[in-house]
Amino acid sequence: MLTFTIRRLILAIPTLLFISLVIFLLLELAPGDPMAQVPLTVPPEVKEKMREALGLGEPMHVRYWKWLVQFFWIEPQVMFDHMFGTTYSEDKLRVISWQHRGPVMDVVVERLPQTLWVVGFSYIVGILIALPIGIYSAYKQYSMFDQAGTFITMIGYSIPPFFTGPLVIVIFSVQLGWFPFIYDTTHQVTDWDSFVYQLRQMIMPVMVLAMQTTAQISRYMRASMLDNLNQDYVRTARAKGLSERVVVLVHVLRNSMIPVVTVIALGLPAVFGGAIITEQVFSVNGIGGQLIGAIQANDLPTVQTLTFMFAILIVFFNLIADVLYGILDPRIRYD
Amino acid sequence: MTDMSNTEPTTPPHSQWYDVWHQFKAHKGALIGGIVFIVIVLGVFIGPWLWPYDATFIDIRSRNQGPSLAHPFGTDQLGRDLLARMMAGGQTSIAVGLTAMALALGLGSLVGITAGYFKKLDGPLMRLTDLFLALPILPLLLVMMMLFREPLSAAVGPERGIFILIVVAIGITSWMPTARIVRGDVLAIKEREFVLAARSIGTSNKNMITRHILPNVLSPIMVSATLGIANAIITESALSFLGLGFPPDFPTWGRLLNDAVQYLQDYPERVFWPGLAISLTVLSVNYLGDGLRDALDPRIRGR
Amino acid sequence: MKVKTLMLGAAAAFAMAPAAMAERGSDGHVNIIYWQAPSILNPYLSSGTKDVESASLTVEPLARYDETGKMVAFLAEDIPTVANGGVSEDLKSITWKLKEGLVWSDGSALTSADVKFTAEYCMHPEGGCAQLSFFDGVESVEALDDLTVKVTFADAKPNPYGPFVGGQSPIIQKAQFENCMGAKAPECTAENFGPIGTGPFVVTDFRTNDVIQYEANPNYRDPAKPAFATVTFKGGGDATGAGRAVLETGEFDYAWNLQLAPDVIAKMEEGGKGKAIAGFGPLVERLEMNLTDPSSSLEEGVRSTVAAPHPFLSDMNVRKALSMAIDRELLVEIGYGKAGKVTCDLVPVPANYAAGNDYCATQDIAGANALLDEAGWVKGGDGIRAKDGVKLSILYQTSTNAVRQDFQALIKQWWSEIGVETELRNLSASVFFGGDPGSPDTFQKFYADVEMYANTFNGTDPQQYLAAYRCGNEPKPDSQWQGENINRFCDPAYDALIDELARTGDIEKRGEIAKQMNNMLTKDSYTIVPLVHRGRVSAHANSLGGVVLNVWDSELWNVADWYRMK
Repeated sequence: MLTFTIRRLILAIPTLLFISLVIFLLLELAPGDPMAQVPLTVPPEVKEKMREALGLGEPMHVRYWKWLVQFFWIEPQVMFDHMFGTTYSEDKLRVISWQHRGPVMDVVVERLPQTLWVVGFSYIVGILIALPIGIYSAYKQYSMFDQAGTFITMIGYSIPPFFTGPLVIVIFSVQLGWFPFIYDTTHQVTDWDSFVYQLRQMIMPVMVLAMQTTAQISRYMRASMLDNLNQDYVRTARAKGLSERVVVLVHVLRNSMIPVVTVIALGLPAVFGGAIITEQVFSVNGIGGQLIGAIQANDLPTVQTLTFMFAILIVFFNLIADVLYGILDPRIRYD
Repeated sequence: MTDMSNTEPTTPPHSQWYDVWHQFKAHKGALIGGIVFIVIVLGVFIGPWLWPYDATFIDIRSRNQGPSLAHPFGTDQLGRDLLARMMAGGQTSIAVGLTAMALALGLGSLVGITAGYFKKLDGPLMRLTDLFLALPILPLLLVMMMLFREPLSAAVGPERGIFILIVVAIGITSWMPTARIVRGDVLAIKEREFVLAARSIGTSNKNMITRHILPNVLSPIMVSATLGIANAIITESALSFLGLGFPPDFPTWGRLLNDAVQYLQDYPERVFWPGLAISLTVLSVNYLGDGLRDALDPRIRGR
Repeated sequence: MKVKTLMLGAAAAFAMAPAAMAERGSDGHVNIIYWQAPSILNPYLSSGTKDVESASLTVEPLARYDETGKMVAFLAEDIPTVANGGVSEDLKSITWKLKEGLVWSDGSALTSADVKFTAEYCMHPEGGCAQLSFFDGVESVEALDDLTVKVTFADAKPNPYGPFVGGQSPIIQKAQFENCMGAKAPECTAENFGPIGTGPFVVTDFRTNDVIQYEANPNYRDPAKPAFATVTFKGGGDATGAGRAVLETGEFDYAWNLQLAPDVIAKMEEGGKGKAIAGFGPLVERLEMNLTDPSSSLEEGVRSTVAAPHPFLSDMNVRKALSMAIDRELLVEIGYGKAGKVTCDLVPVPANYAAGNDYCATQDIAGANALLDEAGWVKGGDGIRAKDGVKLSILYQTSTNAVRQDFQALIKQWWSEIGVETELRNLSASVFFGGDPGSPDTFQKFYADVEMYANTFNGTDPQQYLAAYRCGNEPKPDSQWQGENINRFCDPAYDALIDELARTGDIEKRGEIAKQMNNMLTKDSYTIVPLVHRGRVSAHANSLGGVVLNVWDSELWNVADWYRMK
């Protein structure tokens, strides 16, 4: 397993470089212009000058190389400097956004807290609700609980956040007045009261997002449990006199986790990527908002950097999932 | 589940597919799901023939009406009949939902099974999956639209061209989870005793996959299918919102829902119908899938 | 603490002030929400409204436009005119005089050197300045003494109020931006995110595309202002959320630009927490007629260029009939409510330049049908009109926006009533308004017969706006599809008027010429078919006083006068 992991980690480097090139070429090809959001009152000659100032005149390979150097060489130095107070990165040009002319990574760091609070928390909540629902639904297939669970999760999944978001706002903010719905990103949790406020402002976006996660994961959990509950080894385990609890929660669950682990691993990069629509509805302004804003403004350095960071996370979490398969089911071998 | 009639010795011998159908029939959820689904499909495809209003006809004097005899679902902000729009929208949404799901599922299962079963192909295929997962969807769609919209509409007509484009766009951007899930399952199943047994008697790869592997990964595929339909219907509306989809006067359920959200407080019934339609379709497909899986599972079928 | 000492110092002034005029910072906190988030606070690097307006709390120009479009002196002593000798007789120079005793928020004095520096900063050839057009024709900017600046133009400039006037062209501090000239401009992140200004507020925390926090400027010139001690300027979300936060839940005090259906806003106002206010600038939603052939059967390089005249839109009767079939009053009612007015003009305001036409005010389907019949466009079996084998079949595109899609559906129906077939297309705004020459979907490329969008001009003078329709200024392959003459309009008589307008200084005379040009584009040729004169709707909480909606300048132009109603 260890050699497999190391081999995969080494192999990840060319893979990621290739992905970065594909992303770069795709963004180059995509229609769009960083001047799209400049008002029409600005004359074309001025726009042309602004484009030149962004470095758009340079040939493609030069810009790709620049980005590579900035991302893989200068940004790590900045991080190092930040951690140890050194000054390696001074006066070196970092990955700069075309939109706000600030370093892209600074914004990512700025937005990580709200992204993790809202999207990360909702993911945890979603998983924690989904697993028991999935397990119990499968164990009591076609019971009332299972039927109700199926019904609610499927409706929850078919109704998109662009609807559930405004719906909970109208109910809980406008009608009942319980929660604020414009997320205050400057809020600091320092004491109990501020923590309560943080919970109040998080609860609606978390609810909306957790709904989707719950629906998805609980369906896979249920399906996979159902597959395993009928296997011969379950009968054997029961025949051995193992308690029902141990049979279901240890033997069956462990063997049913493979698809669920896959789904969770696929969803984790998306946590960092944020949730575009929900973030917008609640003005959370997380990383998802940063990405979609950058795409709309054709801010290529930001889009490239963010997308590539997601790529790293995707490759990394999929590797973790593969390692977990081996742990969950030792018969799976990669060597 | 405990229907025993097919095991009675008096019944004449019948084909495997008869068994499947019989089991399916006995599955109450699947039956109801199937009926609801057929009703929806018939409603949206035959309904417009019987209903006097056109989905795009604007009668500005009767705008923003609540449900009435003339307009059972009411009218929208331009006075278009919502029932007519629901039916027209359903045609597109169901067609897009089913085809895009089928495409994503087909691609995903193919890649997943191949990668899981053939060790040599696992690496390349999974790195390809990583690549597709990493590609930013929006720019990808913009590129597709830019490159293929005009040639396609010239070749097969504007509406069919956009339909193909949307289905392909949704299909190729949503097959990856299915592929990874299926592969994970295949990796585990491949090592099970019955597969080893089958291999030892010289079963060919093709038979191995179709007879032993595929039936055992059917349940995650079915879940992917139901979730995939909901996804495709919603994604289609997001595409048209971005200007990448059907022409703006072309109703779809996703778009009707989207348009109605801003009137959530004034006319709540307007979000209700498309929301209900999408949920019902997804639910009915979900139960259909459940029934189908049970029916195809020989272990359950016998009982 | 500094605030406190200043407040003591202002005690005398306070005694004289009316009761509503509290001391600086006495009204606590105010929350502003813009659903487009500001990304930078240096208006010279971004011309987005959100950026210009959020910066206007901090940096100020010499003069602003007020809510009626009249100029008022801000940092300048008064408005220079020919009458008071501030503008030279030959219209080639303008001399501004700064108010005495002005200081930056860091306490240093504001001098003419800062004004001169601002011009140099923006006019630097490598800077990519977004407001360069304000400095169009500027030959030199000289500091005559500490408080006097003279701007000299290369040619006579009938409207010399470009540089340093209005929210887009504020004065920035030389000491702060000195090392940020030219190519280094975008690298000065700290400066661009927190410019030092003379305005009522100082930036304390800036998070790009998210939120800005301000506090009252301790060195603001009016010791009693601003009434608020701190400001939170939140960005992001959508117009619905912003409206809701002010009108229904009261979480915010001021929301900008609520582009929502009128009945949605009306419903929100029932929440009783605030009210919506509307103001009208020169923004006009219009249909642009393509005078060239966008057919995909033509090869690239000929398609949508003057080499290929449009098969039927080059017939003025068709354009006129298309306009006659539209019920603009209904469009206003459905799409904009009190934030819209019917207009038949390209330049609807200010009064001096507005032709005030009403030829298009009423819908006339019968008249349009008669006109087409007369012109030889006869209905075929399918109800579509045709002449010499050319069918009246239109591709009508616009950007994605709920109101625009409603307009498209309505107009399509009206056109079908006069025998015109319409295919609708909506495009993502970032592609449609982006000038990517590689994309077929930009509004400049105009690969459609008719397109709809809104446009406006800065300040109160439409000269540059009208000059866009010069022959040869159309987007074309040689110009990388850049250009402002979207319709590919070309009329030598019109070009002559452009030149005449540029030479004329007399304000009455300028109005006459502008009206004539407006009519040539609209009433006389139906090249541009105006639909709605669009206002801007913003909302403020009932408890927020002093708000004066201004569409000619930054909406937050008088934020120093805002106060909390008791």
